[in-house]
Amino acid sequence: MGVILGTIERQEFAASVAGSDLITVIGGKTQWDIGGTIDPNARAVSAPVGIYDYTPSEMTLRCGAGTTYEEIQNILGEHNQMLPFDAKGGSTIGGILAVGRSGARRLRYGAVRDYLLESWHADHEGKLVKSGGPTIKNVSGYDLCRLLVGSLGTLGFLAEVTIRSLPVPPCSRWMTGVCDPFELQSRLYRPSCILWNGNEVWVLLEGHPADVEREANLTGLTDCSGPPVLPSVGRLSLRPKLLRELPKMYKQGWLAEIGVGLVHLPEPIKYDQGSLSAMTVMSDIKARLDPTGRLNPGREVF
Amino acid sequence: MSSKRRKTIFDELKALLENRVRTDDMELQLYGKDSSVLSGVPATVCFPVNAEEVQGIVSICNRFQRPFIARGSGTGLAGGAVPVGNPVIISTAKMNKVLEIDLEDRIAWVEPGVLNLDLSKALMKFGFHFAPDPSSQQVCSIGGNVANNSGGPHCLAYGVTTSHVLAAEVVLPNAEIVTLGGIDPEPKGYDLRGLFVGSEGTMGIATKVAVRLTPNPPDVRTLLLDFADVSDGALAVSAIINAGIIPAALEMMDHNAIGIVEAFVHAGYPVEAAAVLLVELDGMSGGVEAAVETINDVAKTHNAGSVRVAKNEAERALLWKGRKNAFGAVARIKPDYYLHDTVVPRSKLVEVLNQVYKIADKYDLIAINVFHAGDGNLHPILAYDAREPGILERVHSAGDEIIKASMEAGGVLSGEHGIGLEKRDFMHLLFSAHDMFTQDLVREAFDPQGLANPMKVLPSGSRCSDSFKQHIPEGVWV
Repeated sequence: MGVILGTIERQEFAASVAGSDLITVIGGKTQWDIGGTIDPNARAVSAPVGIYDYTPSEMTLRCGAGTTYEEIQNILGEHNQMLPFDAKGGSTIGGILAVGRSGARRLRYGAVRDYLLESWHADHEGKLVKSGGPTIKNVSGYDLCRLLVGSLGTLGFLAEVTIRSLPVPPCSRWMTGVCDPFELQSRLYRPSCILWNGNEVWVLLEGHPADVEREANLTGLTDCSGPPVLPSVGRLSLRPKLLRELPKMYKQGWLAEIGVGLVHLPEPIKYDQGSLSAMTVMSDIKARLDPTGRLNPGREVF
Repeated sequence: MSSKRRKTIFDELKALLENRVRTDDMELQLYGKDSSVLSGVPATVCFPVNAEEVQGIVSICNRFQRPFIARGSGTGLAGGAVPVGNPVIISTAKMNKVLEIDLEDRIAWVEPGVLNLDLSKALMKFGFHFAPDPSSQQVCSIGGNVANNSGGPHCLAYGVTTSHVLAAEVVLPNAEIVTLGGIDPEPKGYDLRGLFVGSEGTMGIATKVAVRLTPNPPDVRTLLLDFADVSDGALAVSAIINAGIIPAALEMMDHNAIGIVEAFVHAGYPVEAAAVLLVELDGMSGGVEAAVETINDVAKTHNAGSVRVAKNEAERALLWKGRKNAFGAVARIKPDYYLHDTVVPRSKLVEVLNQVYKIADKYDLIAINVFHAGDGNLHPILAYDAREPGILERVHSAGDEIIKASMEAGGVLSGEHGIGLEKRDFMHLLFSAHDMFTQDLVREAFDPQGLANPMKVLPSGSRCSDSFKQHIPEGVWV
């Protein structure tokens, strides 16, 4: 039997991470400023690119972490499947996972972290570590995959990932108008997204055409091509019901994800989001997994 | 005078909990077991009623350097709650209140001892439920679900426990009380919540859990497909998924399972069939009806004998009663059973099922297959009579071979039961020494002293990579 596709690529990537110098991993640089500025002395590496394995009936795909979101969407699309992250052009799957921010359809499809099944990452010594498993269900061992998602590459650099995919909904329809978004949410079964700017609402309905039609009639809104571009200067994470208070907190220009609790702001956030629990454990994990602090210096998760 | 005597750990626990500390033999024996075939001996069993008491117990254990094990309902199947090292058992049974149901945020804060089904019953009148639904849901606790990252038939569409737990108040092994995760969408810091869920009690004890509420689907349809050939049934599973349908549940029962279940529930299961698929579709009626049509097509192309659609809620409940009570029904043919739990790629279901039958034949055992086919999660049951001399060795050898066959097919060790003690020594089949070393580094950040449910999940040699095949620890009986 030949070598499993991707094996050499991930080994070469891990070898490129080895050393004692400061090091950073570059994806599509679409979310490059999140968590702080990388130390300019850090040497840059890039994760492998390529789709190694995709069996549509398994609804899983294995690829190099440097593979772009578009390339993955294209191959999934050929089999009427998708990822629901709505990432920017040029984003890599490794970057999306390392940053851990979900797309605007999180209300229906859940968080990015729920899509990573198995990962291979290069640790601070340039050794490969496998976590999770390739099947859509797995509780074997500690869930380091979820630890890595959103860790901004400060605990290890993703080399290869196995992610789960979803069927493309047969019908998608954006609608807009003026209404109470909270009341709207309570009337709909599983909308994919509800955005609110304090006055207008944009809602995405997805599913079987008959169901989308029925829900569309319930909304009393009119069809539109899509929502406005999400502002990206500030990002606020609130428990969903606190979104009601937004008009009192910020003037205009924001868009809030109803039912999720995310607010996209055209200005920096002005409220401290509270103290962080379990700081000691977080620091200890960082100290154990990156004792010399060489991985992505300058970027901080907490 | 007793004041001159040095206080024992029991004295301190009694001072904290009064009569909620038990040490009588009968009770210790009871808490020496969970629902696996393993058992051990605890030093004592405590019944705290709140987080402060849990914190007090963990503090005392720290002072006496005594291991402790959190225990929910004891329905775990991998020995996760089996005592090792004469530990203090911390039962969450008296922490069983639903603290808050917040319909606007669509979450509920619950204590760990709340039973899974009780939570969904409490939510029913609001039109919501808690999605993970293990077969033991009538008796298993939310705390146990969190510890094991439990699944259940409906996790195919809705995801396992980790997707439904937003935050947890946790007493860390050093007795500090922290909150992991949050009910806002992007809590700061590393996802310790994600690590904690499924950590089998080795990273602390949850004292309060924020669970996500899932809206009840407006339409539900339950179908039963029967097949004269197991392979056709297994291939139909992939065909359904390939058609772009993710059923709410997609369960398979083989001929042996159908026989014992039908004798037990009289649901009209086709006892002649080699296999049945129990398919549940939910959502809005348009999508559900289209999916029913697609499944009818798949049934035809895969030689299904018939497709029975449950006509009403009573019939649906009856079909599910059969599925959910299949394990108990095994008692009709043999007094004991060993329930396995591995996952294989859907495309390997036929191959691995055939191997399971061959392995059972080789060891002269009865294999009964009732499992979550949609996500490839096999649950072979090996039925036996423990009174038969030498039978347990055969059961264990067969189990080992089933695990290895699943691994060789590209699968994983456990889909929902966890590793516990049962599969600890198989971890090397899935992970390298360095993988496990890394996992242990992370575990140690939570529990540097190794007091929280020690000897579980990872082989004890994980920090010194030379030896993996460990023996079951001393004091544990198989």
